[in-house]
Amino acid sequence: MMSPLEGDISAPGLKTDDDEFNTLDEPVKDTILRDLKAVGIKFWHVLYPKQSKTLLKEWDLWGPLVLCVFMAMMLEGSHGESDKVSDGGPQFAEVFVIYWVGAMVVTLNTKLLGGNISFFQSICVLGYCVCPLTVSLIICRLILIAQQTTPLFVIRFIVVVVAFAWSTFASTAFLAESQPSKKKALAVYPIFLFYFVISWLIISHT
Amino acid sequence: MADPSSWNSQNMSDKSAVIDLGELENEPDIDAAAEPGPTSKKSFGDDMRQRLTGNVTEMLWNSGKTQAKKAWSLYGNIDILRPYFDVEPHEVRQRLLFSLLPQKPSDQKQRVPRELYGPLMVVFTMIALLLFQMKTAEHKVEEGTLMGTAFGVCFTYWIGGAVFVWVLSYISNVHIALLQIMSMMGYGLFGPCIVLFLSTIIHTSHDHLFFYSMWAIFGGLSSLRMISIILSRTQGQSQRLLVCGVLAALHLLFLIYLHFAYHQIVEELSEVFDSKPVVQQPEAKLDDIPATKIAESVKSVVEHAQNIVKRAVNDTLVVTRLGTNNTHAVQA
Repeated sequence: MMSPLEGDISAPGLKTDDDEFNTLDEPVKDTILRDLKAVGIKFWHVLYPKQSKTLLKEWDLWGPLVLCVFMAMMLEGSHGESDKVSDGGPQFAEVFVIYWVGAMVVTLNTKLLGGNISFFQSICVLGYCVCPLTVSLIICRLILIAQQTTPLFVIRFIVVVVAFAWSTFASTAFLAESQPSKKKALAVYPIFLFYFVISWLIISHT
Repeated sequence: MADPSSWNSQNMSDKSAVIDLGELENEPDIDAAAEPGPTSKKSFGDDMRQRLTGNVTEMLWNSGKTQAKKAWSLYGNIDILRPYFDVEPHEVRQRLLFSLLPQKPSDQKQRVPRELYGPLMVVFTMIALLLFQMKTAEHKVEEGTLMGTAFGVCFTYWIGGAVFVWVLSYISNVHIALLQIMSMMGYGLFGPCIVLFLSTIIHTSHDHLFFYSMWAIFGGLSSLRMISIILSRTQGQSQRLLVCGVLAALHLLFLIYLHFAYHQIVEELSEVFDSKPVVQQPEAKLDDIPATKIAESVKSVVEHAQNIVKRAVNDTLVVTRLGTNNTHAVQA
């Protein structure tokens, strides 16, 4: 019952060739920059979706958090004289809850359908895939600065629809692998609904 | 599941409790034998405190443990729910379609799937549609969010309605399980979803005819479907009447409620108030109004006042003239 003995023995003070994981000696700036780069690469993967395991393998929740806070701040409705009645715009907490609870519901659904993916991997992918919608939100806010006319609304509408399709497509590209091939449509529908609600929030924000 | 560290610590806490108890039991005897009086009272108080502390700690520990276990098992319980999500797309499509096609009542029991994927998705779709409708109707919610309201309404109807119908069917001896009722009512919401969608898209603000016809067709079809299922699974006439009546009323009234609560009432109220928005908007500040408008309104007020004064002056003149004429006549 001999098993081959393998592994790296690392002791403090020993010089290792593996520089990447030795974050103790490097400047803080490098560490932060490396993490930022990792997040940036994931954003790029979402904007240019092709079969890639980066998002699934090295999942993190930084990107989703940043996107979520940004969207919630941008979408927050202003309050009138009386604080109790909002102007119909979503509150910060509302966007936050929709984002995370929605992602959780979609993930649970994926798990229930027999998907082969971990909870946080799925949340990471769903969170990162909101990126196109965030871009469309920025464009919409820029358009909203100008006087509103019908053509401008049409432009906003088209931008949001394209971003919505993009988000759905990107997340499907990443998540479809983990689903049994027969049930792909069932897993995609809640994702579609999730991004639909978010894009509806964006288009109805004036 | 069972974390060894937690187990150990629990044992330790148990052990410590035992030791405490032993001490507590032994000490008073010795004290009482040696020197009765105020000291024994004091030690008794101490014992009480110790015992209390021990008990409270144990209680807190136990409650915390059960809560943690619950939270853990919630995620572990996914496997229990999994069989109810075991469907294929074509099955879901078929069930959605059949939720609008009532079958002829026959002696044979109609099959009801025990499945939750379709119902859950229909409910989520309905929530999304309600949000859409509320936004287009500019519905405003006090002390809450649109999302929360939509969620609350839909899930309360689905789960609460299913439980209510289940209780009724239990009383009336209908052969149907709670999960089957939930599945049936969930798929039954597909009709209302279509109605909500169409009535939001095709916007006829002053005419309810469109909505009512949609309500009668789709709402009626889906409730007929549910009624036919219940009929095939019930024996007595009065029981049938009770369950079917309640189910159909619940279903149809819910649709009317959804339509009018979040859609039309706002419009009707605004009609009543002569196109004034229902929710008071912040009053326009003086800075927002253009100066020419203010000047115009001031001018009109002034002119109006001038007219009134002129008329009054004329009237008094006439009266006095008449009066003087009269006096002249009398004198003459």
